[in-house]
Amino acid sequence: MTKSDYKTFATDREVRWCPGCGDYSILKSVLQALADTGSRPENTVFVSGIGCAARMPYYIDTYGFHTIHGRAPAIATGIKLANPALEVWVVTGDGDGLSIGGNHLLHLLRRNIDINLLLFNNETYGLTKGQMSPTSRIGTRSPSTPEGSIARPASPCGFALGSGATFIARGIDVDQKGLPVLLHEAKAHAGTSFVEILQNCIVYNKDVFAPVTDKKRADEWQVRVEHGKPLLFGARREKGLRLNPRALALEVTQNLDEVLVHDETNATLAALLIALCPPLPMAFGVIHRRSEPMFDAAFQVIEKSGEAPSLDALVRRATIHDHRQAAIDEK
Amino acid sequence: MTAALHAVKPRDFHIVRFAGDSGDGMQLSGQQLTNSVGSAGFDLSSMQDFPAEIRAPAGSTYGVSAFQLQFGGTRVRTPGDSPDVLVAFNPAALKVSLPLIEPGALIIVDEATFTDRQLRKAGFDHNPLQGNTLADFDVYPIDITGQTLEALRALDMKRPDAIRCRNFFALGFLLWTFDLPRQTLIDWIDERFESLPTIRAANEAAVNAGHAFAETAEVGHLFERQTVDEVPLDAAEYRTVRGAEAIALGLAAVSRLADTHLMFCSYPITPASSILHELANARDPAVSVFQAEDEIASCCAAIGASYAGSLGVTSSSGPGIALKAEAIGLGIASELPLLIINSQRAGPSTGLPTKTEQSDLLQALHGRHGDTPLPVVAARSPADCFRAVIDASRTALRHMTPVILLIDGYLTNAAEYSRLPEVDRLEPIWTSRQLADNLPDHAAHDRLFKRDAASLARPWAIPGTHRLMHRIGGLETDISSGHISYDPANHQAKTDLRHEKILKVADFLPVETLVQGEPQSQVLVLGWGSTYGAIFEAVRGEIADGRSVAQAHFRFLHPFPPQTEEFLATFDRILIPEINMGQLATLLRSELPRVAERIVQYNQVTGLPFKVQEIRDAIRGLFTDD
Repeated sequence: MTKSDYKTFATDREVRWCPGCGDYSILKSVLQALADTGSRPENTVFVSGIGCAARMPYYIDTYGFHTIHGRAPAIATGIKLANPALEVWVVTGDGDGLSIGGNHLLHLLRRNIDINLLLFNNETYGLTKGQMSPTSRIGTRSPSTPEGSIARPASPCGFALGSGATFIARGIDVDQKGLPVLLHEAKAHAGTSFVEILQNCIVYNKDVFAPVTDKKRADEWQVRVEHGKPLLFGARREKGLRLNPRALALEVTQNLDEVLVHDETNATLAALLIALCPPLPMAFGVIHRRSEPMFDAAFQVIEKSGEAPSLDALVRRATIHDHRQAAIDEK
Repeated sequence: MTAALHAVKPRDFHIVRFAGDSGDGMQLSGQQLTNSVGSAGFDLSSMQDFPAEIRAPAGSTYGVSAFQLQFGGTRVRTPGDSPDVLVAFNPAALKVSLPLIEPGALIIVDEATFTDRQLRKAGFDHNPLQGNTLADFDVYPIDITGQTLEALRALDMKRPDAIRCRNFFALGFLLWTFDLPRQTLIDWIDERFESLPTIRAANEAAVNAGHAFAETAEVGHLFERQTVDEVPLDAAEYRTVRGAEAIALGLAAVSRLADTHLMFCSYPITPASSILHELANARDPAVSVFQAEDEIASCCAAIGASYAGSLGVTSSSGPGIALKAEAIGLGIASELPLLIINSQRAGPSTGLPTKTEQSDLLQALHGRHGDTPLPVVAARSPADCFRAVIDASRTALRHMTPVILLIDGYLTNAAEYSRLPEVDRLEPIWTSRQLADNLPDHAAHDRLFKRDAASLARPWAIPGTHRLMHRIGGLETDISSGHISYDPANHQAKTDLRHEKILKVADFLPVETLVQGEPQSQVLVLGWGSTYGAIFEAVRGEIADGRSVAQAHFRFLHPFPPQTEEFLATFDRILIPEINMGQLATLLRSELPRVAERIVQYNQVTGLPFKVQEIRDAIRGLFTDD
């Protein structure tokens, strides 16, 4: 594929994130993916809720709707059901998607509506000045948790898997090579595509992912998963992940014969990959993908089938349940 | 066998009340009697009065479910104040219904249920069928249970299943008593129980047995057929319609009048769910139905649908409307059409979920954060829900704004006999898609915020349309460019614009007129919503008695039509009956100060609609020389 000019999808608005924010690179990857995959601006809609991530629609020259906190999946659902021909993207964050909007995210995923959802995870509430978020690790010191947070963090991809997601991927904000590819895959998937993007909030949670995402450490701390390929990592791809059948968990092995081959359709393997965290490497790439019926497709069959009766015919129907017609005919 | 029934005189209208356990099929019996009465050409009005529990403990007074129907040969506008025929399926039903019925009423009871145990459960210390407790009434005890079992003996049925058919025995009895044909009911049974031949046969046998029982017992006809023949109703032009059905039909009409797809998004809640069921069963391709995961999502999905070019509709009751408030604010900020239907119920909090109230008027007007005006419309009767939905949707589409339509639990489930609307005389609905269609083909964002002068609507630029890409949202935006703006003067201008836009709605409204009575009357009885029928009958009665009374009834609660203050100012006293603590009265005092001194409130919140007599008493209270 020849690289298209990502700027064709940019608006004339000044981008207003903090200098150095990971959102800049995500925006660039999104614009690049739209251009590369031939999205049509007039057929594309970006929907967001509230938070730093939610400003993204203003910077993309498609249709855009910046809505209210947590509700973007519900609004996007209405858009997609009303016009299934549209290409619909949702941009959300860890607070927006997993805290105030957790319910809507659950139901979007279980319905498997053909929408692409990007969850920027920075483990903090950036726009409200750095409170702990549902993905903050225990002990996170924040304006609302001066002694350190005490709640266990939620796992975005784990939540998605439990909600019945049919496409789960994880990427990194500054990964200009890998992220556009994940976005292509997300767009190509028929059903809800869930993409968690580790995003660096340089003001309130600087470098929280650095131990994993730092380019110098990437080989040791990231396992790039690819369907049908062994789960290898390390500078020379000299080690990999094998299943410990007694613990039912993944572990590192130097014996390459034992290394598992990634099967993205296997939800059990997806759960094991999602659970990986230091001291094991974290999984990136398309972790899970399977084909399931889409709500929006079935909805269209139910709702759009048949000719709409005339208004006159409708009001003359004795009642909607048609109790009385017989009596009228009888007279 | 007693011949007491002959003492009940035939009259021009009857008020029948079914009462029994929630599991006894009272609502079904009531609906079926309603259909039979309607198909015989009578005018009618019905209401449901049932507990929140689906199957409350059998025989308990709090588990009594009731259905009331008024019908007659002349115009019927309310389900009636006091039933003259009560069918009580157990002692508890008799106990809770006695305070409601008028002296001289006919009481039909299933005497088989008047056992010591059931009587104790109902709180009777003796059997009221013996002694003087019911001396003021005409009591007609029938062994409905025994007769039903006898009629079904030939069928292979378990005893509890057979007993469940006794409401059909009672229906058969009433059909003969009121000289109504059985065919409507039999046809319905055939269709409903097509796949259950034993139940179908049992129900029909019970109907026929009840009918034969009445005939054999020579109970006499309560209703004189000639009454009907005097009323020139062409049955083909009339139908029985429940509020929820009229809403569904109204939405179907809107889709056709506006040439716009509708998306109805809802979350189950009593009593609004009836509308969701009607629309789902209507299977109209022009009106999609989406059951969302919660109230907020249903409002948001409707907003998404409106953004994508459908008219989004969401429906709920008070608690659900409260949850939708933030999303409604988004609809106002982003200027999208949206219809919100509130089937009001008694609050606060969960309150009385199955009981009616008019207590969400001020919520509709003000129940959001920020200065967020929107039009508020109310329906006055079950059939009027059709017209009210069209009025509300027309406003939403013409002005690109959310609109709240207020109905209530009583209206949603009540039925009335109504002339079919003349659909070819309904005006097409204008949408601001037309503004978007005429926009120049270039990239400037501000094209999309140039308004229609008459309605102040912005163009409805719909995703999928070439070269109209733009961004909207809940942040304040510049009045001309539509881009985000934090400018102080702009916020003032946008706030003013949002108010002005809603006030523009009044330019399209007819001035208020009297429903009945003379413009110079001493007393105006002013109502809104479902109190229309009771107020109408009360005012009519008082005018007939020679009092100087008139009636007006508001459709638009915000904004008021032009010259509403002048219209009201011609009356010395304005009596406002409301099923709340005085919300319209409060509104009028602040909005129309000239009439503030003349307002007299009449408020009652019992969970039930007003009785005609209650309003008549309130009117008479204003005539001190009486």
